[in-house]
Amino acid sequence: MTDLEEIQTFIDRFVRQGMRGALLPLLHAVQEEFGHVDPKAVPLIADALNLSRAEVHGVISFYHDFRTAAPARHVVKLCRAESCQSRGSAAIEAELSRHLGVAMGNSRKDGQVALEPVYCLGLCAIGPNALVDDRPVARIDSAAVERITSEVEA
Amino acid sequence: MSLQDKDRIFTNLYGYQPWNLAAAQARGAWDNTKDILAKGRDLIVEEIKASGLRGRGGAGFPTGMKWSFMPKEPPKDHAGNPRPSFLVINADESEPGSCKDREIIRHDPHLLLEGALVAGFAMGARAAYIYIRGEYIREAEVLFAARDEAYAAGLLGKNACGSGYDFDVFVHRGAGAYICGEETAMIESLEGKKGQPRLKPPFPAGAGLYGCPTTVNNVESIAVAPTIMRRGASWFASFGRENNKGTKLFQISGHVDKPCVVEEEMSIPFRELIEKHCGGIRGGWDNLLAVIPGGSSVPLVPAAEIMDAPMDFDGLKAVGSGLGTAAVIVMDKSTDIVRAISRLSYFYKHESCGQCTPCREGTGWMWRVMERLRTGDAAVEEIDMLQQVTKQVEGHTICALGDAAAWPIQGLIRHFRPEIERRIEERLANTAVAAE
Repeated sequence: MTDLEEIQTFIDRFVRQGMRGALLPLLHAVQEEFGHVDPKAVPLIADALNLSRAEVHGVISFYHDFRTAAPARHVVKLCRAESCQSRGSAAIEAELSRHLGVAMGNSRKDGQVALEPVYCLGLCAIGPNALVDDRPVARIDSAAVERITSEVEA
Repeated sequence: MSLQDKDRIFTNLYGYQPWNLAAAQARGAWDNTKDILAKGRDLIVEEIKASGLRGRGGAGFPTGMKWSFMPKEPPKDHAGNPRPSFLVINADESEPGSCKDREIIRHDPHLLLEGALVAGFAMGARAAYIYIRGEYIREAEVLFAARDEAYAAGLLGKNACGSGYDFDVFVHRGAGAYICGEETAMIESLEGKKGQPRLKPPFPAGAGLYGCPTTVNNVESIAVAPTIMRRGASWFASFGRENNKGTKLFQISGHVDKPCVVEEEMSIPFRELIEKHCGGIRGGWDNLLAVIPGGSSVPLVPAAEIMDAPMDFDGLKAVGSGLGTAAVIVMDKSTDIVRAISRLSYFYKHESCGQCTPCREGTGWMWRVMERLRTGDAAVEEIDMLQQVTKQVEGHTICALGDAAAWPIQGLIRHFRPEIERRIEERLANTAVAAE
């Protein structure tokens, strides 16, 4: 649970830079700082940028990248685009899903790990690839699945 | 007759050398940019016009002409103060199959930044906004770092390159919406709103970003501009056919032996492009089924028609498709073509911004009918109904996403109707057997 005052201070600091069209950069910054955009932050952001709450809510829900709930502690994003599929990412997906105990596109109940699809990390020559907490992992095989599992369970 | 190494614009496309300023300058970027600017606005625009450069983002609009639409004298606001003009660079490369801007930004960002200055100067812009796709995280990091390098070296900012012209470059990150690649949606998004396209007119050259004159260009169109200025319009125009000049980054993916991004001459025949750079079609030329020659939104072209077609705007228009971004998706006979197009329909359904009813509802309709055609669980008349729905979406929306959703399906029905009918019959036969 993030503290509202903390969010308010963060927003004030950002707004003082006096940027035009600041909503998207501010949302990016809030998400980077707090992990997600708390719905309770919407009125604060609306107030700071002189927008209506509806406008801010609209923008948050329009763009896929903004999330309104805290993410799992670890996020594994496995590439499901064509190149990685041709190098066997479907089998890796099944294996990873079994090892982590969570289906693709979901977070585990205990909030420890989420498995998400991603479409191309630009490393097609060394697939199948995944992003483990923003760190790219390439050439994933069964051994790598075990390494990833022990990493996120720790 | 194909492109030689000495004529390549993107000399670090594969990242064999560092992207940083020193390495980029050794490759020829930022070489005497001051002299290019000293030629003056009109001369630069004339030169780009003469080079025959057509926009690389898909529509193929002549770039020089687009720049010339910008006002010569800054328009005044109601208080009589001059309003600034802006250049917006579209790096929201989200078209399935396209991956050229990504390579430019990752490995040669200084070509883009120099292009921004040259193009911005030519249209009298005060600043350039580079709108980079939200998913391109590493690429955005490179771009931010390269921009800081250029500022530190005095190449951008106040008195850019010692030319006396003040020019800023801002990098703006998107947040995962395909539609923001549409020029007016991009402007909305830059202003901090939902990326929903605007009605045109007014065109961005009249009232764009923050109501000021704005030009939106693709990364590749901007990045080639300084090289054209240095080597001359006639050099650039010596490649390709009439009306389709220059060099182009082709991105070949799918069932070829070696998929790649490669800079080639425009109008290169499809067969030569594949043989020379991609090691041929998987399983040989007899195994080729169809090609989507310009990213997911152009209609597919069956094997027989594409093989000897020249890869350029007019050549592909002649076979009922388009060059788009030159993202060539090759499909061999192992492809389930109906499923492939159905998957694309799902993508457009997912990415429709929801502003215009024909697109918001139509993309969902088209996807659901496509899914039933895929399984064969449909009546033959539904093929015609689907064709009719695509016609009702196409051209009846604010932006081109509706068209982009409709065209692949029209291409499928045009060329692979027997395959769709076969599935329906097969399914009917199977249920008849099961009923006995």
